[in-house]
Amino acid sequence: MKLIANLPEISMTQTKASPDIATGRLPEDAYAENFSDLHPLLEPHEARVEADRCYFCYDAPCMQACPTSIDIPQFIRQISTDNSSGAAKTIFEQNILGGMCARVCPTETLCEEVCVREVAEGKPVKIGELQRYATDHYMEENDATPFVRGAATGKKIAVVGAGPAGLSCAHRLAVHGHDVSLFDAREKAGGLNEYGIASYKSVDNFAAREVEFILSIGGIDMKTGSRLGDNLDLSELRSTYDAVFLSIGLGGVNSLGLDGEDKEGSIDAVDYIADLRQAENLSKLPVGRRIVVIGGGMTAVDIAVQTKLLGAEDVTIAYRRDQDRMNASDFEQHLAQTSGVQIMTWAQPKALVATNGAISAIELERTEEQNGALTGTGEIVTLQADMVFKAVGQTLVQTDLGGALTLEKGRIVVDADRKTSLADVWAGGDCVLGGEDLTVAAVEDGKIAAESINAALSA
Amino acid sequence: MADLSTNFVGIKSPNPFWLASAPPTDKEYNVVRAFKAGWGGVVWKTLGEDPAVVNVNGPRYGAIHGKDRQLIGLNNIELITDRPLEVNLREIKQVKRDWPDRALVVSLMVPCEEQSWIDILKRVEETEADGVELNFGCPHGMSERGMGAAVGQVPEYIEMVTRWVKQHSRMPCIVKLTPNITDVRKPAQAAKAGGADAVSLINTINSIMGVDLDVLSPSPVVDGKGAHGGYCGPAVKPIALNMVAEIARDPATHGLPISGIGGVTTWRDAAEFMALGSGSVQVCTAAMTYGFKVVEDMIDGLSDWMDKKGYTSVDQFIGSAVPNVSDWQYLNLNYIAKAKIDQDLCIQCGRCHIACEDTSHQAITNIVDGERKFEVIDEECVGCNLCVNVCPVEDCITLEPMAAGSIDPRTKKVVEKDYANWTTHPNNPMAAKQAAE
Repeated sequence: MKLIANLPEISMTQTKASPDIATGRLPEDAYAENFSDLHPLLEPHEARVEADRCYFCYDAPCMQACPTSIDIPQFIRQISTDNSSGAAKTIFEQNILGGMCARVCPTETLCEEVCVREVAEGKPVKIGELQRYATDHYMEENDATPFVRGAATGKKIAVVGAGPAGLSCAHRLAVHGHDVSLFDAREKAGGLNEYGIASYKSVDNFAAREVEFILSIGGIDMKTGSRLGDNLDLSELRSTYDAVFLSIGLGGVNSLGLDGEDKEGSIDAVDYIADLRQAENLSKLPVGRRIVVIGGGMTAVDIAVQTKLLGAEDVTIAYRRDQDRMNASDFEQHLAQTSGVQIMTWAQPKALVATNGAISAIELERTEEQNGALTGTGEIVTLQADMVFKAVGQTLVQTDLGGALTLEKGRIVVDADRKTSLADVWAGGDCVLGGEDLTVAAVEDGKIAAESINAALSA
Repeated sequence: MADLSTNFVGIKSPNPFWLASAPPTDKEYNVVRAFKAGWGGVVWKTLGEDPAVVNVNGPRYGAIHGKDRQLIGLNNIELITDRPLEVNLREIKQVKRDWPDRALVVSLMVPCEEQSWIDILKRVEETEADGVELNFGCPHGMSERGMGAAVGQVPEYIEMVTRWVKQHSRMPCIVKLTPNITDVRKPAQAAKAGGADAVSLINTINSIMGVDLDVLSPSPVVDGKGAHGGYCGPAVKPIALNMVAEIARDPATHGLPISGIGGVTTWRDAAEFMALGSGSVQVCTAAMTYGFKVVEDMIDGLSDWMDKKGYTSVDQFIGSAVPNVSDWQYLNLNYIAKAKIDQDLCIQCGRCHIACEDTSHQAITNIVDGERKFEVIDEECVGCNLCVNVCPVEDCITLEPMAAGSIDPRTKKVVEKDYANWTTHPNNPMAAKQAAE
């Protein structure tokens, strides 16, 4: 992992008026370095040595821990025998987004957590990096996925949302010979892979390249700029298509419920990250000198680390409970802290302070837990802030669904086959109840739904 | 500190670690570096008649590597020295004069004609080298010309040439044997019959290291073709140990001094060769892989081990394992052991289970009471040791002998305390016949 480089020089006499939001805080060449690959691709020798560490376990725990059940010992063995294209096929068979999952999976809580070498010596086989080695090489050497479309079935399926769940579902349906219309509200397909994942985890336009790779199977008609509840209607889709798969993600964001959230400098983290991911020139992206992030999940870490890498001077994540309870993985928390981000625990937002219509500070109230309930202690800490990022969760935009589906806790209810309450509608990814908020889980949803749709349409 | 000094057929050296006749001992420059590094002796790279041989000018070596490029096996197609005889002899004389306390043996290979041997022995004697080693082992190139392994594969030739050497020289004579034969005892017996003072083994093994799948030629590839070479290095040690032991325990050659060669890489390897009867060991691949410094730990490690075992000189343990080298038929069939898995050490990789389940005796569980757990089923375990060998954790699986008087759950029979072997077993037709008589 690279170390953070090129931080701006801190001037003790800096007196610039609030809000201090500026572009180009770093030297031109610093951006490329700061946003370079978090884990560079393994060299062939490194990969073979790492692959040799795998014990080729029987009924391997890593495989059980993978939400998509990739045959991990098998693909690692294939790397060790210099058969990396075979390794990639083993991965793609279970997970067509194996390339992105290799980059973003919290492996330390999935496959690598249960690796017998983790148990034995605290040093798991680097499964994620080996997966990336295999998939990157395959995608480098081949234009198309290793799958061949089955005979055309004449069935048409609408997949709404071209994020990980939608792409996975569409690909698997296409393999079965169905015709897929893949809709997405945004300008580009990829969903959070394209607009949400931290930049240093998906460099060189990987998300877009992966979409292209997946679409190479054929039979998938990509229709961007199509939003459910806007220019798409669920009941119309149901009458036009033989089946519908909803993978619409979570389009809404939670607010803090404080006055001043509309002020300049109060920003939804997901919006800023999307801008960052799409920015052609990161030096043109304005960033505050002092940043406070509210939240404790992956998004909070992503925005905190990336603003730091853009040149922000002080970045603080304020989280209302202790650090163990943060949804961000240990690895992410560690990444934040080694990148110079402060993690402030037991603090909840109380008030946004605005000066001349722009955020200038945030008041945080100290919290404590009494009998399992979180309460404010009344003690207020004020942090100067040029930008306050909200990363306190996203919500399903229910109105888009037209009230046709059974929902619970604000999510779509699905069964084990990812079937909704409507016979011809399946759903998966972040929009369904019980989702794990993971790319790899979304991929599995799409795969399971595709098999279920295929079975239903073949019956 | 233990005394490592060695007297091998009258050739004295401060320690038993000699460099084998090979590229590292081809020149004064290398040999002096070796002596400075601490090597006890060298066998100078094989001398032949002038004009000197020539070597290929492409690759001479091929290797087998582990995943992290550990060198496991090496082969070579280099011939005997390609320098003029006179140059080598002059250097040998100088080195022996400068390093009188080190062993300096000269390896020789000339055609099977008495006069050729008479001539070269005379010239070697003038160098005051400590002895000669007859290279009857080189398996490539020279063997095609009726020398090296071509001699070593015919016991009558070995005996004949050895006799000439003993007849025409006062120097100790070590006969270096090829492993490319069926029964290594025959050439050893021939060497002894010819009057050899010792044998050294093994020379390298005929080998093709691999096939280059792009040019479809054996590797190393010399302009599109490959020839078999001589295999050596850590991979050949078990083969060498067996051949050394066979000679050491053969009544016909028992007591014949042996210089052990074949994959010696560490002090432990050396101690093993010595326990099986080697009075000195010769090393090549380890030095060619790591340089001469490896001898430092060979000396230190062997000395430390000897101190721990209470040996004060190498003679006290040379050959001490030979009495325990047995034939299968004399192994104790009443010795019964079962594998035991230490659950605290087990990391649950399941390799023991799948090895036993797929390829052996179905004697290891993978699930116990619904949980992933690997336990030995004593009713099925034959004590084969496969699980011990495939387990990645040292000492996690061990073979535990059963106490006499207990019941073997597999056979339901009492474990007998007395020794009994195949020669007296009722299933042995020969034993039954003997009993009937």
